[in-house]
Amino acid sequence: MTAMSTSEAVMASTPRAPLPGVWRISLSRGGVELKSFFRERQSVVFILALPAVMLVLLGTIFGGEHTGPGVSIGDLYVAGLIGGGVMATSYQNLGMSVAFDRERFTLKRLRGTPMPAAAYFAGKVIQVLVAAIAETVVLGGVGLAFYHLRLPASLAAWWTFTWVFVLGVAACSLLGVAASSVVRSAARNGVAVITLPFVVLQFISGVYVPFYLVPPWLRDIASVFPLEWMCRGMRSVFVPQAVTLEPGHSWQHGQTALALTAWIVAGLVLCLTTFRWQNRRDR
Amino acid sequence: MTTEWAVRARGLRKRYGGTVAVDGIDLEIAPGEVFALLGPNGAGKTTTVEILEGYRDRDDGEVSVLGVDPQRAGRDWRARIGIVLQLASDAPELTVAEMVSHFAGLYPDPRRPAEVIELVGLAGKARARIHTLSGGQARRLDVALGLIGRPELLFLDEPTTGFDPEARHAFWDVVRVLSGGGVTVLLTTHYLEEAAALAGRVAVLRDGVIVAAGTPADLGGRASAAAVVSWHGGDGWRSERTEEPTRVVGELAARYGGEVPGLTVTRPSLEDVYLDLIGGRQ
Repeated sequence: MTAMSTSEAVMASTPRAPLPGVWRISLSRGGVELKSFFRERQSVVFILALPAVMLVLLGTIFGGEHTGPGVSIGDLYVAGLIGGGVMATSYQNLGMSVAFDRERFTLKRLRGTPMPAAAYFAGKVIQVLVAAIAETVVLGGVGLAFYHLRLPASLAAWWTFTWVFVLGVAACSLLGVAASSVVRSAARNGVAVITLPFVVLQFISGVYVPFYLVPPWLRDIASVFPLEWMCRGMRSVFVPQAVTLEPGHSWQHGQTALALTAWIVAGLVLCLTTFRWQNRRDR
Repeated sequence: MTTEWAVRARGLRKRYGGTVAVDGIDLEIAPGEVFALLGPNGAGKTTTVEILEGYRDRDDGEVSVLGVDPQRAGRDWRARIGIVLQLASDAPELTVAEMVSHFAGLYPDPRRPAEVIELVGLAGKARARIHTLSGGQARRLDVALGLIGRPELLFLDEPTTGFDPEARHAFWDVVRVLSGGGVTVLLTTHYLEEAAALAGRVAVLRDGVIVAAGTPADLGGRASAAAVVSWHGGDGWRSERTEEPTRVVGELAARYGGEVPGLTVTRPSLEDVYLDLIGGRQ
């Protein structure tokens, strides 16, 4: 076996420099993705700025109302929109950008180079992580400046934040990549396929409307999808005193981790079975 | 495995559903050659090239590109080929220099980005965002991205569609420079004059099969085809079809005692041959 692969290597070898490493190419992809994202007005406005604008608006209109012991609606909005912002920067962002990459032949062009496929996705991961962190910082800043957001003091709460953030980004990114395959043209049906389901989920998952005000049957539907669990996790971190408003008076961290992990597995399977380097009509 | 040919295909076949796109093509391209696949839209050019590029799997036949089956090729092989895509329009917010440098980083032994940008005539636009480029400039960027990895084999798919004549001639010069440097070029085009200007050999594709192959000069037997000698007789235009035009002209010269009125000697033009081959005159 070893002898065979050695002789194959000798046959294939030409006096050429070694291929650049996956990590180096991944970082280079990440740089290109970040430049493209932050230079595109469309993505900065609709993905980065929109949740912050919504937070200011909703908080201004409803934020002063108190809903329970030491809980204002404004506090709930900060936590909910952080959850929504994480999904915007992962699911919505990737759903559209991968569809554009397919439509504008970025994927096809890269496929014709020695870039390893993993580096393309690594570049997306870098871009999504930077955007999601930036989004969370912006929303947290708005919360600190205009509402009564208190940053968690305990290490346990930061740990919760970290795993909810990471699992949420992973699940929503995979779903975004999978959803991009349904988009025939980002400009024509991207909004219907990517944005519309996301807006509906934000209304029923505790982003635009406090979760305890959502009718129970809609809450049950919301609980099928990852966004509800991400918002719940964020509430447990940033508004821990609101636990009395939660269904079952519990944050259900175990179920949150389970639901998000299940979506990661489902999203991965969807990506592996549906991902295409070219548009369907080009086949 | 032999690397004697840069590209070698035997009995290449591909169908989409019930439609046969490529119906048994044989192809051999020598290292350093500029080879043109010529044919109307829908003749199977792009399918053939995309199989050779590794983008599509064939249904049947044998293919070897730089000694490797593209269907099983890996990163090493992709580092040795360059592909200039049709109508790419990605990364609108990057600058030309950023895009070319990024692609340089994907290859083991790239050309210098500034040198390639200069070669394709975009030096003045290196810092421009890609979305501000004109159609012809964007196409030249596509060419730059195909060249940056120092390919041994370059695929050019309809490279000058939408170019004005000046840009087309400038682009041909780039191809000649590359070819002079030993790069093998596989060109698809539906412009006859492009194939004639660049290619050492041409194959004409029609309905998924090669209907003629050869040098542009003798494609379809053009060099040995009968010539037509025409002149103006006293009562109107006369013409004679002949295998020996020189003899006919000599006789005419003797008959008129010098200058023959309105004399022309023509062989079928490349365009005549081509239109006959692709059935454009049916």
